[in-house]
Formats: sequence, structure tokens, C-alpha cells
Amino acid sequence: MNNAPDSPFAHRHLLGIEELSPQDITAILDRADDYVDMNREARKKRDTLKGLTQINLFFEPSTRTQASFELAGKRLGADVMNMSVKSSSVTKGETLIDTAMTLNAMHPDLLIVRHGESGAVNLLAQKVNCSVLNAGDGRREHPTQALLDALTIRRRKGRLHRLNVAICGDILHSRVARSNIHLLNKMESRVRVIAPPTLLPAGIEQFGAEVFHDMRKGLEGCDVVMMLRLQQERMAGSFIPSTREYFHRYGLDESKMKGAKEDAIIMHPGPMNRGVEIDSDLADDLTRSVIGEQVEMGVAVRMAVLELLARNVTNEIAGVGV
Amino acid sequence: MTRLALTNAHLIDPATGLDSPGGVLVQNGMIADAGERLFNDGLPEGAEVVDCQGKILAPGIVDFNVSIGEPGARHKESFRSGGEAAAKGGVTTIITQPNTDPPLDEPAILEFVLRRAQAASVVRVMPTATLTKAAKGKEMTEYRFLLDAGAVALTDGENAIADPVVFRRCLEYAASVDALVCHHPQEPHFSALGCATEGLFASLRGLPEIPAEAEAIMLTRDIRIAALSGVRYHAAQVSTAESLSVIRRAKEAGANVTCSIAVPHFSLNEFDIADFRTFLKVCPPLRSEDDRAAMEEALADGLIDVITSAHRPQDEESKRLPFAQAAAGGVGLETLLPVTLDLHHRAGIKLTTLFERLSLTPARLVGLNAGHLGKGALADLILFDPHAPWIVDRKDLISKSKNSPFHERRVQGKVLGTWVEGKRVWG
Repeated sequence: MNNAPDSPFAHRHLLGIEELSPQDITAILDRADDYVDMNREARKKRDTLKGLTQINLFFEPSTRTQASFELAGKRLGADVMNMSVKSSSVTKGETLIDTAMTLNAMHPDLLIVRHGESGAVNLLAQKVNCSVLNAGDGRREHPTQALLDALTIRRRKGRLHRLNVAICGDILHSRVARSNIHLLNKMESRVRVIAPPTLLPAGIEQFGAEVFHDMRKGLEGCDVVMMLRLQQERMAGSFIPSTREYFHRYGLDESKMKGAKEDAIIMHPGPMNRGVEIDSDLADDLTRSVIGEQVEMGVAVRMAVLELLARNVTNEIAGVGV
Repeated sequence: MTRLALTNAHLIDPATGLDSPGGVLVQNGMIADAGERLFNDGLPEGAEVVDCQGKILAPGIVDFNVSIGEPGARHKESFRSGGEAAAKGGVTTIITQPNTDPPLDEPAILEFVLRRAQAASVVRVMPTATLTKAAKGKEMTEYRFLLDAGAVALTDGENAIADPVVFRRCLEYAASVDALVCHHPQEPHFSALGCATEGLFASLRGLPEIPAEAEAIMLTRDIRIAALSGVRYHAAQVSTAESLSVIRRAKEAGANVTCSIAVPHFSLNEFDIADFRTFLKVCPPLRSEDDRAAMEEALADGLIDVITSAHRPQDEESKRLPFAQAAAGGVGLETLLPVTLDLHHRAGIKLTTLFERLSLTPARLVGLNAGHLGKGALADLILFDPHAPWIVDRKDLISKSKNSPFHERRVQGKVLGTWVEGKRVWG
């Protein structure tokens, strides 16, 4: 594993799927596949990132993503530090730059950042000397989530092209949806988005997604059904009449699922609102639901990304490979 | 009696359509004469002579929409720095926004501003006052007193007045004192939510969006209320094609309506923001390419009356933030002319047309006898080379704030000399 094959991946930061090529994506997923096997062994620790410092800088609370990145870094032998920055909306920006400059002075090698504002991660990447990895910025991108979704799909379906993928729910506020649409389009799959008009961003058709307001029609013939969490904390004002009407029209249940292909898989980035966007029985149905698998793939994908980025950073700055 | 003879120039006079070689004679700060054969019989005795070497001599720009940081934010722009930036940019009169700290909503503050401006600025400063107290859209200010103290128009700046009842009363009362009312037509319920125009760009970048319709919706309301009141209404910073059709209909119906555009809205579109460049965050937000192109057409055919810089100095810290949190606005006094000249070079719009929008019309709106080369007009003049190429570098700006949306843009047109009432203030 220490002699990983040379990859074409030549990025300093991972800020979004938008900037990746299909080759980049395949390189990450191929490497992640190796790590899936490794993670299933009893002894999981490697020293690929030994000596490197990874800081998880989270301006928004997160349990699973932060844990996943922490584990990924530790399994590769990096020194991992978690920083959660509580921020009021007024002082948020100041905290961002000030914190970035402070951390930068400590010479981290990998900075994992989550922030509530779209583009905050780009701003930070301009100010620091290390590799920046976007762990979710505002509504814009959450690249490792899309990559772990892709890995899950590829392992289940054997491919990423010519699939019909339906993304359902709160597309407007979702960075997961945006990253997934970019990725699936790059890999030549077809994306449908299913949501009420109030939860769809303008111009979404031009992204390369077919729009459905009717969930039954939208799910017809789908290979993959990706549910999104209703982000009630981001909803100022009236977007839907009630969660019960939302579940009636857009919640995934057995009857709506009938339209999808028989072997269709069900995904959810978590955390789930059971009974709001997904029926509890379906979420727990291990023949169709791959929600647990997504979490497993998350660690592997993040290990792959960390390794690929670390390789480039050390080459660029010190002129020495890891 | 001081005399200044500007010879061997190429004259542009938007009032007469003059676009030919000639000269201008200035006497006691006013234009004594101008024309093609003015100095054919020799130069007047004792006059200071400036040989313009065939470059363009035009009436100085009257910039209708400028923010200066006094009082309250002198570190962003003072009357001294703003005045020098204006002179360098060919702007001889700045009409200032009232959104200062404290806001210009009382005669005493207005008098302070005028005193400061007179002492510090090399160009003429004409302040506006707020339409409502603290520009909060609730209570009327003292229009008669404010006009008497020197306000040339009433406006709440970039704050739109949401309440139609308040707005109507303001306009009706303003009509009774014959005030010019400028309003920024953005439905505030929409614009409070976002920082980018709704559409593909905002969706791709995940930026909170404002529908472009927020402008035409407010403008439609404004024009109807303005018609009820009979006031002189000016829509500041129109930026969408839909707004233009609202304006067109109103003008065709004979309404007392004028409008202005800020330079970024005919020279940039939303995709220029690229990866969250906060210097391109302006208010209203940059629009689609279709809207931008419509602006250019409307400037050619005269639907848009005035071109402004919408000069908004912001310090580094307020721009070095995530896009949604960054302050809006860009400095523009020094780039107003060269970026506007692009419409001449690229789109073939005549210089006389451009100077009608830059100088003549805004001067007329505030009752200033300037913006043309007629006898008796104030000798506010600029001499410039329309072809001189340069690259905008924010570090070279005179403005205290360096937040130019045109940083690194290649432009043509350099001001060689600026005169305010016959006194040379630049070059």
C-alpha cells in the first residue's frame, strides 16, 4: 500500500467536484477501493501520512463528517487535531480569516474546513500555505460526500455511467445535491431532481438535471434514489406547508418506491429525519438501503483524498515526496 | 480678469452635438466662448494658453452617485481623497449619497458636509439628503430646510422604501417643494435575502439569490406612485432589461421619470464574479449577460439618461469575507470615463451621446449650468486622450479604498487635464 500507483491527480486543494476531471474522480475512487479492503482488516493503521499534521476546522457543527475525517487521517498516520469554532453570524467572517492565519502559522499540512457560507473555503485557501479540503461550504459543495456516494454506487452497480439517479428533497439548500449533480454528469449518468418548486435552485436544468415536481413520475425507472435531509435550520420563511404534507408528497415510502427499478438502491447522506423525508422501514431495509455502507465508504474516500492531496503538497512545497 | 485659452482641441458638446476641432475661451471661471473657428483671428491678449494637441476637450463629468466617507468613515474616503480621485477621473462635480454616519437627514449635518467639502475637495460637491429619517423608510425628513441648506435631491441611497403609504406621502410632499427624488428600486423583501442574481450563476455558486424581478416590481410601483404625486422621480441604478421596458412605457406615457445606470451594470455580468470575487459584489448584484447587453443598447438609444460611477469605497476588511458577508459596492471615480469609453470604442456610441449621459443630463437634473460648452456655462472642463491604453491597478488608485471591480482590466482613455470653474485641478 505504500507504493501506490502514480495517479494523474494534480490538485493542491479539493474545493469542489466542479474542478475535477472524470480521470481525477476515477483515480480517487480506485484508491478508495483499496482502503475499503484495508479498513475491513483488524489492523488498519498505515504510516502514509506520518509526520503530517491535519487540522479539522469546523465552523458548523458536524458529527459524522468530522469523525470520518478524523478517522481517515488517523488511520493514515497523520497527527489530527479537531477545532470547532462557534461563530455568531456577525463575527463569522473575522473569525474565519483570523483563525486561518493563526492556524497557518502552526504549519499544518492538511486543513479540512466546513463553513456555513458558500465560497468561504475558497477564501481560506487563498490565505494559507497548506492543502485545503472542503468539508462543506454553505449551499455550494461537499465534494467528499459526492465521492463517497459515487463509490457506494459504483460498488453496488458496477459502474457510474448510464445510470438514472434521482435526487429528492431540499435541493435548494443542499451542497450534497450540487456536488452529486456535478459528479454524476461528469461520469455520464443522468440526474433527475425531485422537489417542490420552493426547494429548487433557479436554472437547475442548465446544470444538467431533469426537474420533477411529482415524485412518482420522477422515480420511474431509477437505478439510484438519493434522499436529502430537509434542512429546516436553513429555512427562514415558508418553504413547505408542513412536514406531514411534505412526507405525503416527497417522503420516500414503499408505494412511491414501486416506480423505481426493482434493484434500485436507496441513499441518504444523513442525518435522517425519519418520517419526514424517508419511511423508517425503508431506511432500515438492508436489501435496498445502502445508508450504512455510505458511512463506511466515507472513511475510505477521505483516506484516498488525503493521500492524493498530501502527495502533491509535499512535492510542491518541500520538493520531496512523502 | 483671468482668461484661459484652450486651443487646438477636439471639442465635444453634448448640448449642440458639436464633435469637431476647435477651442474654448474661459473667463472668470465661465465659458466665454467655444467653437471651431474661435482662435482663427489670433489668441486673446493676456490669456493663459493651453495647447490641447488635438486631444478631446469636453464638459467635465457630473457623477450623480458617489459615496464619500464623511462623516463617519473617513478612513474609507475623505472629501480630499475623493475629490482628487474625481479630478483624476475627469469628474468635476460629485453628487454625494446621504448614507453617512450620521446620515444626512438634518440641515446641520448637511451644512457640516458642505463646509468640509468646500475646504477639502478640489471638485464641486453637491450633497443629497435622505428622504426619510436615518434612511429607515419610516418618517419624512425636513425637505424644505434640507433643500435650503443645499441638498440637490432627496434619496435614501440604496435603501428602498418598502411601505407604499410612506413612499407616497414622501413623494407628494417632495413634489410641493419641487424636489428631485431618487429611489433605488429593489423590493427589499427580496433583496434582504440574497447577494447574487437568481439564476444559473447563483445556483452554481450556492449563493443566496435575489430574483432580477425585484427591481422591475419596485420600479413599477414607484412609477405609479410618482404619477400620483407629480414629483420628479429618478430611478437610481437600473440594471435589468425588464426595468428598461417599465421605464420605456413610463416615458412614452409622458411621465416625469429619469433613470441612471452604474458603470458595472453595463460592463460586467454575474459570471465575472467567478470564484467569489467580493470586489464584484455590488448593489444591485451583477446581472445576466442578456441584461448587460440590454443596458448597452439602452445607453445608445437614450432610454437611460445618466451614467454614474456608483462610487462605494470599502475598506479591505469589509471585502475580505465570504461573499455573502462582504460589503457591497466598488470604487469607480477613476475608472468611470475609461470603462464608459469602451462603449465608444467597441459599440460605436458617439462621444456626444456619452457626454450627454455623463455630464449634461445630470447637471440639468440638479440645476447646474454645466455639462455643456455654451457661453456662460461653468468652465468645468476635461481634456483627455480617448485612445491611451492602460491597465487598471487598484494599488495606483488615488481613492483611499482600493476595492475596484475593474482591477487588472485593460482600458483606453486617460484624463490629461481637469478644470473646475477654470481652475486646473488635474494634469
